[in-house]
Amino acid sequence: MTTDAMALERGYMPGMRVYNLKLGMWVFLLSEVMFFTGLIGSYIILRFAHPTQFAEPGVVLNVPLTAFNTFVLICSSVTMVKAYAAIATGDQKGLKIWLLATIALGTFFVGIQVFEYIALAQHGFVPMASAYAAEGGALYGSTFYTMTGFHGTHVTIGVLCLWFVLWRAWKGAYSADSLGGVEIVGLYWHFVDLVWIILFTIVYLI
Amino acid sequence: MDPQPAQEAAMEHAEEHKDPPYFLVWGVLFILTILEVFFAFTGLPKFWIATGLIIMALWKALLVAMYYMHLRFEPRRMWILAASPLPLAVILVIAVLTEF
Repeated sequence: MTTDAMALERGYMPGMRVYNLKLGMWVFLLSEVMFFTGLIGSYIILRFAHPTQFAEPGVVLNVPLTAFNTFVLICSSVTMVKAYAAIATGDQKGLKIWLLATIALGTFFVGIQVFEYIALAQHGFVPMASAYAAEGGALYGSTFYTMTGFHGTHVTIGVLCLWFVLWRAWKGAYSADSLGGVEIVGLYWHFVDLVWIILFTIVYLI
Repeated sequence: MDPQPAQEAAMEHAEEHKDPPYFLVWGVLFILTILEVFFAFTGLPKFWIATGLIIMALWKALLVAMYYMHLRFEPRRMWILAASPLPLAVILVIAVLTEF
């Protein structure tokens, strides 16, 4: 049997030297790059085309609150990678604690985002609103809620996946020899953090 | 089929980089986030603010990809795979720009 055939049988992608599940997650994340590029690209183009429909940074959106929320998501990436590092050394307790911390931080992030949405809506900043646009129109609200809404949905899905991984961790499904599930969900979580870093800069600061 | 060998790569992967500087990277990300917020309100011309902010954001994104997503410890072919959508993303934005 050739090396590649053996690799296939064992669940590896020959040539890439990573297991199939991980390669699949990477390919999925690459498709997500294109998805968010479409959203961010559209936002940039619309903003250049209709600059008067968009407010300056800090006028409408709460930058200090969102900067704090960005910090929360960055912290959740550290706790996630620590969960992976814990199980890589066989530390079952560490895995569960760090996973719980990641879930808590992710939930907190979504909670702050919901709080922000409610506050903005109460001040008349809704997807179809023109209250903050000098020349009228709904571009600012619709692009803001589309981009941050899709990202928030990704974070929510991530939190649900983390609950699933935690449940499996509680059943003892992971070990230093079998940590693929933790690594896969970790990749997704870090990607969501990475996207937010870009979104925060483009939507809130520029 | 033995299910364990399918995870061997992850094990080897974990062995290769036992102690990356996770908290150091976290500190840099934290400082860059604070710098970004202050830089956004410095009153410099919009072009320079946007350029500076995008550089800092890309730096942060790169740190997350390299250390937290462990790309720094992956084989070069994974780097190529990870970078593959970037030219496509540029083409997508340029294509939309030409419509406008």
